[in-house]
Formats: sequence, structure tokens, C-alpha cells
Amino acid sequence: MGKASRSLLLMVAVLVLALGFAVQAGAEAKLKVGLVFDVGGRGDQSFNDSAYRGLKWAEKHGVTHSEIEPGADADRETGLRMIAGQGYDLVIGVGFLFTDAIKAVADEFPETKFAIVDGFIPDKPNVSSLLFTEHDGSFLVGIIAAMKAQELGKNTVGFVGGMDVPLIHKFEAGYKAGVQYVDANLKILSDYAGTTPSAFADPVKGKELALAQVDKGAAVLYHAAGLTGAGVYEAAKERKTFVIGVDSNQNHLGHIKDTGENFGLTSMLKQVDVAVYLTIKDLIDGKFTPGVRSFGLKDTVEVDGKVYNGVYYAMDEYNKDLVSADMIKAVTAAEKKIVSGEIKVPEK
Amino acid sequence: MMATLWAILASTIRLAVPYTLAGLGGTYSERAGVVNIGLEGQMLSGAFAAVAVTNILGSAWLGLLAAIGVGMLLGLIHGVVCISCKADQIVSGLAIIIFSAGITVFCSWLLFDKTQIKAIATLKVPLLHEMDFFKAFFSQIPPLVFVTVLIVLVSHVLLFKTVIGLRLRAVGEYPKAADTLGVNVYRMRYLAVVISGGLAGMGGAYLSLEHAHYFVKGISAGRGFIGLAAMIFGKWTPLGTAGAGLLFGFGEAVKPYLPKVVPSQFIDMVPYLLTIFVLASAIGRATPPASVGIPYSKE
Repeated sequence: MGKASRSLLLMVAVLVLALGFAVQAGAEAKLKVGLVFDVGGRGDQSFNDSAYRGLKWAEKHGVTHSEIEPGADADRETGLRMIAGQGYDLVIGVGFLFTDAIKAVADEFPETKFAIVDGFIPDKPNVSSLLFTEHDGSFLVGIIAAMKAQELGKNTVGFVGGMDVPLIHKFEAGYKAGVQYVDANLKILSDYAGTTPSAFADPVKGKELALAQVDKGAAVLYHAAGLTGAGVYEAAKERKTFVIGVDSNQNHLGHIKDTGENFGLTSMLKQVDVAVYLTIKDLIDGKFTPGVRSFGLKDTVEVDGKVYNGVYYAMDEYNKDLVSADMIKAVTAAEKKIVSGEIKVPEK
Repeated sequence: MMATLWAILASTIRLAVPYTLAGLGGTYSERAGVVNIGLEGQMLSGAFAAVAVTNILGSAWLGLLAAIGVGMLLGLIHGVVCISCKADQIVSGLAIIIFSAGITVFCSWLLFDKTQIKAIATLKVPLLHEMDFFKAFFSQIPPLVFVTVLIVLVSHVLLFKTVIGLRLRAVGEYPKAADTLGVNVYRMRYLAVVISGGLAGMGGAYLSLEHAHYFVKGISAGRGFIGLAAMIFGKWTPLGTAGAGLLFGFGEAVKPYLPKVVPSQFIDMVPYLLTIFVLASAIGRATPPASVGIPYSKE
């Protein structure tokens, strides 16, 4: 084979390849979204499932998606890079643990849009940071916790955090402020499961901490601990103590089938699903905005005819008999004051 | 006051069980000359198998057996890789940990469509669990605690008072001499790693089935490694390991009762710091079995 024919062959090959890619790209005009999960992973009935729900909502706009669940800490960056390298339009990192990884990968793929839930990356042109005012939502459930403790004639409530980090301190601070807003004399116990990401997936520790708090007299427990919270629910059910869930509506976890009793007092809703959905929707509409975006009490979003607040508290058939009309009244009043700025809930 | 002390004691015992079981597993294996850092993975797989089998077959006792079985199987694999194939024991152990982290999540999805699985039944002792006193007592000190105490005592006798224990220790100290005297080195080492895996698997069942009543992704949360620390702190003896397990458990249990003066990070460090001190001969001397980590080749 001569030199000329060889280069001709090469040219044809390159052309075919290029055409192939073009055809492929043409067929996939739909938006491709990749999601990389946090410690608990999909199926946690909490934080990660909420993010996944947002992705599912976006399906009706013709979005195709895939998800990765990192096994170890170092896999986070690898997962992001892998999914960005496959030509996804939007890559979402679920959780603050992705902050460094997204910072690194976003520069390598300037054409790809990134979003991070709970992470603060204000200065990259292709990254949107989705933050929540968890302290506001925690303030509201703190009011319910305090009023429940009063109703039971107890003077102590508890908080079980996952990893001891500023993000979870926000939940604690808001909760404490909410409890003390009702009664400054109430005692608030607070414990954290650990200082590494595994603190979000250790129900054994969660249960022990919760049992200790109940032994010290806590009448209501609030957890912000991911999968560790499963142990908090077990402890609460064993000791017939009320418990407040986090992120998704977890009220059903406090239900005891055998007796029909409910101990899931309420849940602090953090609408990660709404944030994820809105980010995808904005990208479809060509309105993707980098920088920080906050979802709070006053940020209402309508999805499929249902109105969601950025953060809120959960009411359903499991807790309708546990939360009194007075509690709802107090919470609604506080909610208005927070929105109007009359109450400023501390973040730490 | 008494109630608080009792609460701390009960919590200490509950938290000590997984450390003790994993540490005992490590003791058997290392006494026979095989390093088993795969305990963490064997524990995790055991934790999953316990809840999975319980939920599918409806019996928690079968779940416990499955957990022990899965742990033993992983121990056997470790044995094949390290004893027969003479591969690096640390690498094989690490592979078991990574494999377990993946397979448990994969199977959770496959079988239950979630990674947070509630156990539908717990270990109930026939007759005793019908009585109110024992029901209340077992909610504080679960039945597996007593099984663990029994295993610790039996292990002590087995390792230090019987011929088989002497042989097991001999193959970990000087396998060539043991071989010369007619001890089957490979068989002893296999026996040790399989027991080791089974104990770690049982520790996993304790975590998911008995304690949390849930399997969640990564529930072992480093307890296999703390078990190894307990083994070193306990100087490779069952009684010492159990003592170390109790000490580490106490450190964890007392934490919620301490005033928040000392940052929690420091208290979390205690097991590891103690282990380093022991290894550095600061608190007594810790001498591992002489041939630990070295594959044995018959000439």
C-alpha cells in the first residue's frame, strides 16, 4: 500500500469517526444530567433520595440522566470527572463534601455546567451553589419540639448531629433558637456522631447517642444525621420518645406497626428536590445562573401543581394527631416573622 | 445517679461487643500468622447478610447464621489468597474491604431497592423473651452480648489450654518448627482465618440485626479497625481484647455525659492513641506473633 493511499484511508477513517460523533450528537439534543451522590447514597430516605426526586421530576422535560455513587472519599472527584468527561450538560454533586472536588473539576470542563448542593462556590462561571436556610426550618421544628416538651411536662429536648461541621451546626443553632423562643428555660442536649463522613452512616452510634439523651430526660429528639438518624428513630421508638426527622419527610419512620403508635413528631424539610429540579429547568430554558442561590422559607416553587418552600416542616397522616393546633399557630406566626425579618435566626 | 451509671455501663457493653468480636477475629488470625485487616469488610458483609436473610426468610436466627457464614466465606477467600497463593496479606484484606463496600450496596439495590433496610425481626430468645423482666433487660443488654462473653471465655481456653490452641499459636510463631513436628501449618492457618471471618461476620450481625435494627450502607463505620486496635491493646489475647473492647466502648459511651470542654475529636482519638502507645511499648510491651504476615512455604 502506497503512502498516498494510506493517508487517504486515514482521512476516510477520520471522516467516518467525525460523522459518527456528529450523528450521535444530533440524536442526543436532549439535556444530559449526571448526579453524584453523597455518603448515604440513594435509598437513604432522606437527603440523597430528595436530590434524586428532583432529577425524576425533570424527566418530563426530556432530560436523560445517570447517577454515580462514590464508594470512598477519593472517588468523589473521579466520579465527577468521569461523568463530566462523557459530555454531560449538567453535573450535580449532592452534598458539601463535593466542594473541593467540584472546584477542581469545574475548571477542567469549562463547557460543562456544575451544581453543588450545600456547597459554597461563589466564583466559578460554570458552577451554581444551591444553599438552604436550614436554620430557619430548624427554628420552626424547634418551636414544635419545645411546645411538645411543655405539653409532656418535661424540660429537656435533644439534638443529634451527624458529622461535626458548620453545615450541621446550622441545624443545631436554628433548633436551639426555636426551642428557646418558646421557653428560654428549656435544656437542650446536643451530641454529634463523629468527625468523619462515616458519621452520617452510623445508626449504631446514632442510637446510643439518642438513648443517652433520653436517659438524661430529653422528651423530643431532632436529628440531622443522614443514615445515622435511623438509629435515632429506633431509640425513640424503644423509649417512646418523640423524634423529628430531617431533609425528607421521615414521619413514617416513627410509626410502630404492632401498636399503631406514632413517634415521628414532624420533619424539617429541606427541599433538595426542588433545588435540583429548578437548576435543570433553568438550564433547559437557557437561564442557568452561576453563583450562590439560596432556598428558604419565602422561596416558594410550584412543581406539578404543588407549592414547596425551600425549607419547611412536614405534616401528614402520621403526625396530624401529635402536632396541636396551638403549635401550628405558633409556627405559622414565627414563619411570618422570619420572612418579614422580624426574627433573625442565628446560623451558628 | 445510679440510673446514669447503669445507662453508661449498658451503653459501654453494647458498644464493646463489635470491637470485641472483631478483635477476637483478629486474635485468632494473627496468632496463626495471618494478618486479617479484612475484618472491617467481613463485618460489613455480615451486617448485610444478617438483615437480608432475616427479611427474606423471616428468621433472625437464620440471619445470624448467614452473617457468620458470609464472614467465614470471606475468611476462606482471604485464606486461599494468602495461605495457598501466598499473596500479600494486607492487599488481600484491603480487597475484601473494598469488595464488601461495593457488593453490599449492589445487593441492597438488587434485593430491596434501597440502601437503608429495616430488619423485620430481631433475635429473640425463646421463652425468656416472653417474660417482661427479660424483655426489658434484653432491650438494654441484647442476647448476643452473652454469646460474646461465652466466646471470649471459650477462646481463652481454646488458645491457651488446649493442644489445638498450642498448635495454632505455634504456626504463628515458628511455622517451620511446627511443620517439622507434624502440625499441618496450612490447615491450622485456614482454620484460624475462617474462625476470624466468622467472628467478624457475627459482629456485623450484631450491628445491623441486634443493635440498630437497620442495615445501612457502610454500617461497620471503621469498627473492624478499632477491633484490630483492641487486639493489639489486648496483646493478642482473648481476655485482653475483650478488656480493650470494653475500654474503647466506655470511651464512646461516656462521651454524651461529659461536659463539652474537651473537643470530641480528642475523645475519638483515644483508641488509636492507646494503640500507638502500646505498640511503642509505652504501656507495657506488645509483641505480635513472630511469623505474623509471612506466608509459609513448605520445602
